[in-house]
Amino acid sequence: MGLLSDPNRRRALTKLLTRLNAPICGMPVDWLVKTMQSRGLEVFTQSFTRKLPFPDENKERYMVRGTNVYGILRAPRAPRTEALVLSAPCSEGNNNNQAVGLLLGLAQYFRSQIHWAKDIIFLVNEHDLIGMQAWLEGYHHTNTTGGDWSPLQGRGGSIQAALSLELSSDVITSLDLVLEGLNGQLPNLDLANLFYAFCQKIGVLCTIQGKLQRNDWDTTSGYSHAAQTMMLMVLKQASGRPWGDHGLFLRYHIEAASIRGINSFRQYKTDTTTIGRLLEGMYRKLNNLLERLHQSYFFYLMPSLSRFVSIGYYMPAFGLLAVILLLRALDLWVQLGASPPGTEDGPSSPGVLSILTPVVISHMTGVALYTLPILSQEMAVQHFPVSETEAVVLTAIAIYTAGLALPHNTHRLLQGEGTEEGWRVLKLVALLYLAVLLGCTALINFSLGFILALSLVPIAAFITPHTPKALSAAIMVLLSPGCTLLYCVFVFQELQETPVSLQDGWMLFLSVISQGILDHALYGSLVYPLLALLIYPCWLLLWNILFWK
Amino acid sequence: MLQAKAGQFFSSGHTNNWAVLVCTSRFWFNYRHVANTLSVYRSVKRLGIPDSHIVLMLADDMACNHRNPKPATVFSHKNMELNVYGDDVEVDYRGYEVTVENFLRVLTGRLPPSTPRSKRLLSDDHSNILIYLTGHGGNGFLKFQDSEEISNVELADAFEQMWTKRRYNELLFIIDTCQGASMYERFYSPNLMALASSQVGEDSLSHQPDLAIGVHLMDRYTFYLLEFLEDIHPASTANMNDLFKVCPKSQCVSTPGHRTDLFLRDPGNVLITDFFGSVRKVEITMETINLTAPMVKVTSHIKCYREELTVLSSRTKG
Repeated sequence: MGLLSDPNRRRALTKLLTRLNAPICGMPVDWLVKTMQSRGLEVFTQSFTRKLPFPDENKERYMVRGTNVYGILRAPRAPRTEALVLSAPCSEGNNNNQAVGLLLGLAQYFRSQIHWAKDIIFLVNEHDLIGMQAWLEGYHHTNTTGGDWSPLQGRGGSIQAALSLELSSDVITSLDLVLEGLNGQLPNLDLANLFYAFCQKIGVLCTIQGKLQRNDWDTTSGYSHAAQTMMLMVLKQASGRPWGDHGLFLRYHIEAASIRGINSFRQYKTDTTTIGRLLEGMYRKLNNLLERLHQSYFFYLMPSLSRFVSIGYYMPAFGLLAVILLLRALDLWVQLGASPPGTEDGPSSPGVLSILTPVVISHMTGVALYTLPILSQEMAVQHFPVSETEAVVLTAIAIYTAGLALPHNTHRLLQGEGTEEGWRVLKLVALLYLAVLLGCTALINFSLGFILALSLVPIAAFITPHTPKALSAAIMVLLSPGCTLLYCVFVFQELQETPVSLQDGWMLFLSVISQGILDHALYGSLVYPLLALLIYPCWLLLWNILFWK
Repeated sequence: MLQAKAGQFFSSGHTNNWAVLVCTSRFWFNYRHVANTLSVYRSVKRLGIPDSHIVLMLADDMACNHRNPKPATVFSHKNMELNVYGDDVEVDYRGYEVTVENFLRVLTGRLPPSTPRSKRLLSDDHSNILIYLTGHGGNGFLKFQDSEEISNVELADAFEQMWTKRRYNELLFIIDTCQGASMYERFYSPNLMALASSQVGEDSLSHQPDLAIGVHLMDRYTFYLLEFLEDIHPASTANMNDLFKVCPKSQCVSTPGHRTDLFLRDPGNVLITDFFGSVRKVEITMETINLTAPMVKVTSHIKCYREELTVLSSRTKG
């Protein structure tokens, strides 16, 4: 995992590079400033530093330093109250070498138009999402994730919409639209409709999730193609990470999308000028807007660019799953009410203590899963020959698996518990807790809530101490959040038509975990804390019920 | 022979012309409503009504909008053939001053004493008034400024007030909105003639977008109305029946309607210039005309007919 998994070798290389003063990602700040100024923009820079909790495979270091460069094209006649953003991330090597050129070309062209009613900000950000997060925090005067950045010297008013460009080659055969943002937030559907309408008008092939639209809706293969596209969107939304630089804008209620150019060696190619025309058309439309985009849906799933499934259609599916939990809880409540009271010597209710113990222990395991991996990476690296990233991920997996041994240990601590009523009360609490948790998750990020519901509702409904232990234990482990994540990784690769072997899938799974932890630390993604602090303890409660004595 | 035609000189009974031209919608994408109103303004001025007799109400400023790629112009034909803004446009009520209250006060004359003359409709009982409304409307209402509405009942009552206060001789009401015919359904005062661009349940459609400016420039009905009016000159003898034929369904897609049951004269005898222009009938002659024969004045006719008119007369479909 990573080219330099030996920490000693990595430290040596870093020292060498710092001595040579050769940046790993070279962003030509001075050249950009000069070029933007020559095109008549007001140019400003912002430098930022970010300390990562552990070095990930992309950055290979703890401290990330960079500079964002942005130029503002002021509207000729309008007051400076609103702005639009066009951004191109500066990535290493050849990843995005064309986008900045197109950005500068558009800046020059836009400068000669007089019909702009909003300021247009042309932003080139370094280190992709880290730089974008620093810029957005500086622009809106917030500091939610603890980064360190210099304040912005120039502003353009409230941002109405933003587009992020990723073009890696100058010959494009299709344009891919990326909508999923941080925590599964999506821009207004009108932005996707705008992109699609302009692609149709200009005659560029456009895709979503990298898949072209098919016209045969009625046939089985057409339907399955659409279902696969929608499943990809569900998986991407559930991961909670921003899939393009636009993903961080959505938190500030700025409608944003990423446009990625794809060269798939088709016969019909489009050049950069056509893409420039498309972008010009989109920006002119956004310029004519008098209010923020709000007329269309904010919650939707797209089986193709011209069709969508709105929240009114997909929420009942989740509702039905949640109802199972509530019905089971109702059943348990009735059972508890019907059992004769005062049949034991002790207090008539099993006692809050015996219920509280599993709950507290499960949550403390969750807290351990949340905090220990990062805190103990130093210690782990000293004792084992792994890199920091691997240490973090493997510690997480170790704590997760250690939780499976809990019920046996807690039973050694307490005596005299384990009545029929005891596990019923615990299960009632667990069911209601799970129902509330899944409901809240589905409201914020429907895909995540639905996938968790699919795997957790069956086991929550059927697990009792009386079901066959071995089989139930196996099913519970197979449907636990960790394994669900593993399946999702495999399914995701399968749907993207790049199936992986078990070995590669496992490595991918590990990197997904590390990315999730990093996303939470850097951008405030809620998936990792949700899974570690809330879902995993809930699953542990059910595991506890299974092994109730 | 001239004596026979002498009756014509006094037939219409009006001595001055006024026009109240209102555009009720704001925002850049409603460019066409401002262009509609300015086109009628242009025709009316060209045919002789001076600015002092025109009350022009425009709810937004399209010519100086930040999004206008051709500042200081408002075009009514694509490819920028006709600029209806020009140098001598005098807007009396602009921007947020165009409200239902101001419109009704202008019509009924109930304005505060500090209102300047340019904002008043100073008509008398010999005035022919042209009222043109355009914007977004529905069944029985017209939307002002995206925040309030005027209903057809309010409008009918305002006209009745005008009639009672003797503020008009004859009134021509033209409306270019969706379901425009619903706005003249409730009229009950005499001497009102009404035209609308569409029937109840129909939408009035816009004419042509201009790709350089990026919006629709005109509505269909007013576009063909303007084309019709461009052929009218002060001495023209075209009458109202020709106006009713403007923009048939094949061109307008909606069915224009008109209502003449409240009007006392035959529409075929009403000249276009009676409302759209300020025409003085002057004919130089060397003959003498005997005017001692009694001539029936039109106003007495009006007093007779008033008792016969019922309040809610039947609708006239176009």
